[in-house]
Amino acid sequence: MDNLYRDFILEHYRNPHNKGFLDPHDLHFDDSNPTCGDEMSMTLRLDPGGETITDVGFDGRGCAISQASASILTDGLRGQSLDQVRAMNPKDLLDELGVPIGPARLKCALLSYKVLQGAVRGGEFDWPAEAEAMTG
Amino acid sequence: MTTETATTPRVPGAFSGAALRPDFPVFDTLTGTGKRLVYLDAAASAPKPRRVIDTIADAYGHHYANVHRGIYELSEDATARFEAARATVARFVGAASPREIVFVRNATEAINLVAYSWGRANLRAGDRMLTTQLEHHANIVPWQQLCREVGATLDYVSITDDGRLDPDDLRAHLANGPKLVAVAGVSNALGTINPLTEIVRLAHEAGALVLVDAAQSAPHMPTDVAAIDCDFLALSGHKMLGPSGIGVLWSRRELLDAMPPFLTGGSMIIKVTLDGAEWNEVPYKFEAGTPAIVEAIGLGEAINYLTDLGMDAVREHERDLFEQAWAALREIPGVRLLGPDDPAIHAGVISFVLDGIHPHDVATVFDHEGVAVRAGHHCAQPVMQRYDIPATTRASFYVYNDTDDVEALASAIRATQQLFS
Repeated sequence: MDNLYRDFILEHYRNPHNKGFLDPHDLHFDDSNPTCGDEMSMTLRLDPGGETITDVGFDGRGCAISQASASILTDGLRGQSLDQVRAMNPKDLLDELGVPIGPARLKCALLSYKVLQGAVRGGEFDWPAEAEAMTG
Repeated sequence: MTTETATTPRVPGAFSGAALRPDFPVFDTLTGTGKRLVYLDAAASAPKPRRVIDTIADAYGHHYANVHRGIYELSEDATARFEAARATVARFVGAASPREIVFVRNATEAINLVAYSWGRANLRAGDRMLTTQLEHHANIVPWQQLCREVGATLDYVSITDDGRLDPDDLRAHLANGPKLVAVAGVSNALGTINPLTEIVRLAHEAGALVLVDAAQSAPHMPTDVAAIDCDFLALSGHKMLGPSGIGVLWSRRELLDAMPPFLTGGSMIIKVTLDGAEWNEVPYKFEAGTPAIVEAIGLGEAINYLTDLGMDAVREHERDLFEQAWAALREIPGVRLLGPDDPAIHAGVISFVLDGIHPHDVATVFDHEGVAVRAGHHCAQPVMQRYDIPATTRASFYVYNDTDDVEALASAIRATQQLFS
């Protein structure tokens, strides 16, 4: 248990980074985790060329895993190009979380990734294959 | 069948949940974290007693052939066992005849059958029908689809802050003359026991038929369709110690006779020519294709297990556990309990929220403690919307639960709060 809810996960949960809804924004997407109904929004601001992320906010309520994951994911987005974000591998996010995520919690851990991909691709993005087993 | 043992006395209210655990192989092994399994998720699906598992293995091993077809001993044997299960279900729900028992996959399919068959034959543009805000999605979505398709209006009876159907709102909606009222016996998300007899009386006075979603009530308390006086009743086998893949639709014979078939194909016909077909009599008219033969037989044995305990005793047992758990959880700061306070109208289902801790995190910590609960919206998102919460954690009791499980629940809550403090 202490493996999953490590201090830094709980710290991100209690004090999430980049939490909020950016207004105005250039890109925005909402999505949800069908297992629990948790909803998350992602808003992004881009540089004048429209290619590089200058600011990001995520919003919505969720479990410690989904909130920490969104906090960690968004921390690394400023300065990234949209192409880089589209090419992201969800496994990198799981690696960055650095705690063992069982099959029942994969959607919690990857909701932020799914919402981000929806925002940069302009439409709903499928769950990564490893998270598909859990449905509503 | 298994003989009566000391673990299954017939004295009402007198069985010990812990003493029944040896009947359930799932309790033979410890969890991955080395804990005793505290299974508090019967409302999602119930473990199976050895008797049921043995009956299924025996049926597949020694009594299996297709039913209603073979002119040979093995098929006659399988048919007799399949039809005996139908008769067992009929007695269990108080049906007038086994012919009123239609085997389906689960309560969801039973409700869909009524929506497609009765609904599309009887509901017209401009008609209304009524369900409630506390239903499982299975008793909402088929009606939304039906009403959208025929141009009817679907209304919802609202619920009170403590999770009961609002009687004034029910009366107000009935005054609009709905053709059908679809209501759960017990709310899977809140544990509320609905006053079915009263609802049916009022609905019939208003000229509506009533469908009861008994998925959460039939496993846990006596069911008597004659006493309830409802018109349709749906249940799922897997929630009442039986196998998955088998469920039941009960309806009155004259209603079933008048309804068009839902699924069509083999065995639901008397005669087929290239120009058309004549339907078989009920219930076979609604059982196209080879049915879930062994699953039905397994359900029959699950019902035998429950009736050996006595459904009144099962209800008393769960009421006792509910009262213990409700009292224990109320003592813990930071626990918000949902549903009615009154044990007379609250089944053995406790939905709760821990301040500042998401139900998914709760369930993960519980899992580590060997406590299996459901976390989520319980396929009842309108209930979550009503209380403005994304999800709850739900503990649900059954025959094998006991006071030690209530203690494990309370202690898991404390462990969770400590981790997140």
